[in-house]
Amino acid sequence: MTALAVNALCKSFGGLRVTADVNLSVEPGERRLIIGPNGAGKTTLFNLITGELTPDSGSIRLFDRDITRAACRQRAHLGMARTYQIITLFSRDTIVRNVTLALLGLSKLRWNPFVDLDREGGLIDRAHDALTRVGLGHIAHRQLGQTSYGERRRVEIAMALAQNPKVLLLDEPFAGLSIDERRDVQQLLLAIPRDVTIVMIEHNMDVGLEFAERITLLHFGEVIVEGTRAEVVADPRTREVYLGE
Amino acid sequence: MSPRLARRGFIVVALFLLATLPIWVGHPYYINIASQILFWAILALAINILVGYAGLVSLGHAGLIAMAGYAAGLSLEYGSGHLVAALLAFVAVMISAAVFGVLALRTTGIGFLMITLALGQIVWGIAYRWASLTNGDNGVVVRTRPEPFGLSLTSPDAFYYLTLIVFLIAVVSMAIFVRSPFGASVRGTRDQPRRMTALGYNVWLIRFIAFLFSGFWTGVGAMLYLYYNQFISPQVAALQTSAEVVLMVIAGGTATLLGPIFGAAIVVIVKNVVSAYIERWNLVLGLIFIIIIAFMPEGLVPGTVRLFRVGWQAMLPRTKVTAVRNDGDPVR
Repeated sequence: MTALAVNALCKSFGGLRVTADVNLSVEPGERRLIIGPNGAGKTTLFNLITGELTPDSGSIRLFDRDITRAACRQRAHLGMARTYQIITLFSRDTIVRNVTLALLGLSKLRWNPFVDLDREGGLIDRAHDALTRVGLGHIAHRQLGQTSYGERRRVEIAMALAQNPKVLLLDEPFAGLSIDERRDVQQLLLAIPRDVTIVMIEHNMDVGLEFAERITLLHFGEVIVEGTRAEVVADPRTREVYLGE
Repeated sequence: MSPRLARRGFIVVALFLLATLPIWVGHPYYINIASQILFWAILALAINILVGYAGLVSLGHAGLIAMAGYAAGLSLEYGSGHLVAALLAFVAVMISAAVFGVLALRTTGIGFLMITLALGQIVWGIAYRWASLTNGDNGVVVRTRPEPFGLSLTSPDAFYYLTLIVFLIAVVSMAIFVRSPFGASVRGTRDQPRRMTALGYNVWLIRFIAFLFSGFWTGVGAMLYLYYNQFISPQVAALQTSAEVVLMVIAGGTATLLGPIFGAAIVVIVKNVVSAYIERWNLVLGLIFIIIIAFMPEGLVPGTVRLFRVGWQAMLPRTKVTAVRNDGDPVR
């Protein structure tokens, strides 16, 4: 059984082929890194996998279940969570409310118009747990507008982790972070248990390489190289495409 | 004085003033104006669900007011009782809200605004031109007010108290809605619809239900409007009504509970009181809006709270603001 299987996936915007016949097969518990230069179609691939975009052809399977036609919101209920490269948070709310909204998304309670959300202790405790995991427990009640960029990156991860996903898609979780912050986020990602399968897009090769077992290199929407860390690094096509040699 | 205590104090004083209003206002003319403020406030609160919390500006709510008002008014004209009329109004406004919602929620932003505007204008056109049904420009007269539990509502005092009770129910239901998980979902779809979808929310359905909730309270406000005036004409279905209610919300403060209420009060008072002294009262209303937007772009209620806070902090003794670190350096 594969955790995530992408088969012959294609997507064009007008005449531009952004995803060209992409195949991807991620084992349960695997850490997969997707690299590629700007415009390689990495984020588009994520948007196709999460259902924010509809593919022109091809199929996507989550634990052997065909989800090609499933709506984006259903994929969240099936155990898929993602973070965004461009931080996408609820800026008028507190940190803990952001994470509570992530938990609420998978709870029947989200339709309830009668109870007071602030008194839903169980949900809020779980939100605090997720924030403690990413090291933000002490500032849980801070307004999001008063947090630093690095803290927001961690709120993104906390929201995804809070949903207890089977497959976690991280879109450049280190983007814009300082060296210290990067190390913290890396520790945090290494601590995620193996029952979560992780696919990560990363522009910055050195951070990403340490993390992943297998690496997929995308270029102009196509998979150019795929293999173990050593294989991909050694491959001359990687140097040609990615390192610009 | 803690904010919570201040809020409780405000609620107690406001309730006391509202409950005793006919006594201290005295003149029936002004009691009637208070009734008008309250039912326009219900309509403003209803549209605030969309404008404030869902981030969807509707310019078609006058059409919903007309659908409820005409359904009740015409059924009374054809000899039905008040209960049947109210039920018909409820059915008419909910079906219209559902149709408006399905059509308008294909888009958001300016597209949503234009589609609701068009739908509202269709209702206005029907009310105005389909004279054999709606009596056209002459409108529909409602001869009697209902007598719930045998209580007559003919006097201004009695009608005021009915309106006040309905108004308070509306305010409480809004307060519960805002704090509820569903209220949080609605605000989430306003701020980050894309993220909400990825988190597992059905953004379309959340917006649709918010539209129905807004439609329901618009219907309630419309019934009070109908029974207050005992008359309905195409004028209420016109775009000006929709725009006025949206302006009440924006002037008072979107996504607040008190904002639409104060906004409604300003518009109704200027319309009724200022117009007695100045012929061009629209000019005065426009100036008031400009002043509010210039000095309090967030609206009258949040703006006043902000100015009050700034003033409060300026009055605090400076030692309270300044703390001292271990090494003796003062920090802010």
